[in-house]
Amino acid sequence: MAAHPAQDGPPPPDSGPPPSPASSSPTSSTVTLEVNGTSHRLTLDHRTTVLDALREHLDLTGTKKGCDHAQCGACTVLADGRRVNSCLLPAVAYDGVEITTVEGLAGGGAPHPLQRAFLDRDGLQCGYCTPGQLCSAVGAIAEAAEGHPSHVTPLSAPPGAPVPLSPDEIRERMSGNLCRCGAYVNIVAAIEDVTR
Amino acid sequence: MNPAGTTGPLSAADDGGGAPVRLEGLLKVTGAARYAAEHTPPGTAYAWPVPAGVARGRVVAVDTGRAMAEPGALAVLTHENAPRLKETGDATLLVLQDDRVPHRGWYVALAVARTPEAARAMAGAVVVSYEPEGHDTVLTPDHPGLYVPDKVNAGFPGSRERGDFDAAYAGAAVRVDATYTLTGLHNHPMEPHATTARWEDGRLFAHDSSQGATLVRETLAGLFGMDKRLITVVSEHVGGGFGCKGTPRPQVVLAAMAARHTGLPVKLALPRAQLAAVAGHRPPMFQRVRLGAGGDGVISALAHEVVTQTSTVREFVEQAAVPSRVMYTSPHSRTVHRAVALDVPSPSWMRAPGEASGMYALECAMDELAGAAGLDPVELRIRNDTATEPDSGKPYSSRHLVECLREGARRFGWAARDPRPRSRAEGRLLLGTGVASANYPVYLAPSRAQARAERAADGVRFLVRTDATDIGTGARTVLAQIAAEALGVPLERIGVEIGNTGLPAAPVAGGSAGTASWGWAVHKACRALGGLLAEHGGTVPPEGLATTADTADDVPAESRHVQAAFGAHFAEVAVDADTGEARVRRLLGVYAAGRILNARTARSQFIGGMMMGLGMALLEGSTMDPRFGDFAERDLASYHVPACADVRDVEAHWIAEEDPHLNPVGGKGIGEIGIVGTAAAIANAVHHATGVRVRDLPITPDKLLGTAGGPGRWSGAASGSTAHDLPT
Repeated sequence: MAAHPAQDGPPPPDSGPPPSPASSSPTSSTVTLEVNGTSHRLTLDHRTTVLDALREHLDLTGTKKGCDHAQCGACTVLADGRRVNSCLLPAVAYDGVEITTVEGLAGGGAPHPLQRAFLDRDGLQCGYCTPGQLCSAVGAIAEAAEGHPSHVTPLSAPPGAPVPLSPDEIRERMSGNLCRCGAYVNIVAAIEDVTR
Repeated sequence: MNPAGTTGPLSAADDGGGAPVRLEGLLKVTGAARYAAEHTPPGTAYAWPVPAGVARGRVVAVDTGRAMAEPGALAVLTHENAPRLKETGDATLLVLQDDRVPHRGWYVALAVARTPEAARAMAGAVVVSYEPEGHDTVLTPDHPGLYVPDKVNAGFPGSRERGDFDAAYAGAAVRVDATYTLTGLHNHPMEPHATTARWEDGRLFAHDSSQGATLVRETLAGLFGMDKRLITVVSEHVGGGFGCKGTPRPQVVLAAMAARHTGLPVKLALPRAQLAAVAGHRPPMFQRVRLGAGGDGVISALAHEVVTQTSTVREFVEQAAVPSRVMYTSPHSRTVHRAVALDVPSPSWMRAPGEASGMYALECAMDELAGAAGLDPVELRIRNDTATEPDSGKPYSSRHLVECLREGARRFGWAARDPRPRSRAEGRLLLGTGVASANYPVYLAPSRAQARAERAADGVRFLVRTDATDIGTGARTVLAQIAAEALGVPLERIGVEIGNTGLPAAPVAGGSAGTASWGWAVHKACRALGGLLAEHGGTVPPEGLATTADTADDVPAESRHVQAAFGAHFAEVAVDADTGEARVRRLLGVYAAGRILNARTARSQFIGGMMMGLGMALLEGSTMDPRFGDFAERDLASYHVPACADVRDVEAHWIAEEDPHLNPVGGKGIGEIGIVGTAAAIANAVHHATGVRVRDLPITPDKLLGTAGGPGRWSGAASGSTAHDLPT
């Protein structure tokens, strides 16, 4: 995979069941979306994005549409653990891929530690970028742990070794998620709270 | 005059750790909070607008054949078949009513389909034929169409004269004459304008992304010529506004028209790239500021002359010269706005309209005056402080500008500053610091609220209800705090219902007036409820108790005092001597804004305003393309709002300010002052770092390097800027 997962293309074809011919047409296909651990069998227009499938077909509106052009990051979800801008992804190419949205971050009825930290640090105002920030933070923490360097990682850092998430690293890695309310310093503090 | 400044160290903000967490926070971090486009009633249809492809002219034909052939197509609304609207005073809402195109991006059709994909494809397939006319979209400082409006935004006079400016300026020992320019700026809240609308039995229901559902309902009632009681507007969670959702916008009108036309619920979220044309913008501006002072720096003559644009659709003139009427002592003053109606999208409110733009110019000019007079910029501002507002002669109810400057200077370490430009460097980075004052007037509007006491399994619960809007300010939370305090009960006993026209009517979240306006009504209703509860011996009857309040008779039309919040901004920048890239290392704001109700959410609002000021200073710029008559930067890839890596150390503090003349809430409003002066503080820091005075925002590398003629000539510019080294 590329070093910057947000720019990854669709994952390789999945070995899941082929679309049912009966419900396919030249402009639609039946796919299975695995979202937050639940399988959803959907017949979708080939133009439907993962974002619109979540919001308009599955009523999972926690994932936001800010720009529809992968410029703001509000639509960030995790696909097989990697953060992606769901507004640019054709849903039919994500058959069988494990999608995690903000609704799936909490486990066992308790908020995810990042969700708790965002509340404590007031890492949100209007809240519209927040689900994307949270999913992006989960992805960024995983990338650093796996040794993916960023633009600010020192050239001397050993390749493949976990990258410590300094405030500079957090700021750099979170710069694909815009917040017009300007909560950045609080977002960085919240992520630090969780990674420290 | 300065009670807060006389008692030693001033209280300041911590990180808000003890203040309540925002009440809807958990809903927002778990994705459960639903915004306007996140309601999908059965059978919902989707709409996609078609923007005009010419800058001026007439629509002569709309061919919908290809669009209607799209599978799932339901309708194409045009000026020929759309429901008729009545005029309400805001012509930007009269969409699809006639064939006129007043600017590029004006909506000329609306595609409606069963799916969002089909609606978008339809919109692309609608063929509109135009009869174009010549357009005029470029603001110039000497445009022949310039006029002086009687009133500018917020009702201020377009022109004011005090004393004899020309004579005083001619006789001044120290003079500054500089012109500052701003491009258009765009609000770009993260949630685009969106509406889900449906009609049932002659009633209209709309989830709308707005800063005030009450105003949206009244406007829809006017447009559709119906009783407002037949309309329900909900704005429960709103993904930011910053002014561009402060007035109803076309999406709510279009969604309501499409829902009526098709008989289906209709969802319409405006595409990001269309917002610049239909959501308002901060207009581009030329500002000439002349300051004349004595050798001691005390200002005798002040002129602030603004040239800006409005549209042919609706007059809106930013009150950018108004701050110069009130900030500093200025016995001889000329402040005037000149505007020209161009074939451009209609400008409107963007966070601190007037103050943000005007204080950029005034506070940069003050920095230039400090340089010309050989005075410290903080000291210069202190010397020009005034106890009475110069424009009206009235006293301030409280004005702690000087305390903010002193407290900020102390926290920032200002005293150690070497005033000489380009006196600090770290390798190839040139370092500098700058300061600017901030101000924002206190606005108040009448509001209504209801308070209820109800029996619950765990005791008495209280509910406050008002059609306020929380656009990210923390309004819900502070209204609960106000209620808890007025009732003398723990916050946990309070529930809050806002953002719905089924609640008591309330004004928009705007003018930094929300908390004080709604809070006054909540306070009044809760006090009445407390009295009622006492009459019942402290026991809530089975049917509960309720009181309503209306502050229409309480909000004074005219005050003996002038009321305003003040602040001071300090910035440190590092400018790369090779690339000309300026980056902000530190931002500090200190405010005197009355009582701060919630340190956690207040700090967020202050730093959020400062972030937008940072964008204004270094990143955000919008270019009017003269050939197409359109803003060139319409999306978030080309219009650069600050990102996480643009922001490092940002602090907001405030001084303890108790002002008995304000209102029962005790606050002056904090939503906008954070942006006011921030751009000037950064621009002044860039000058201090480089010796180059860029008077044209945003300060991008091309301007810095171009002014200095490239890296090889940086040192030449460092010998000191004059008031006349205009950027190339």
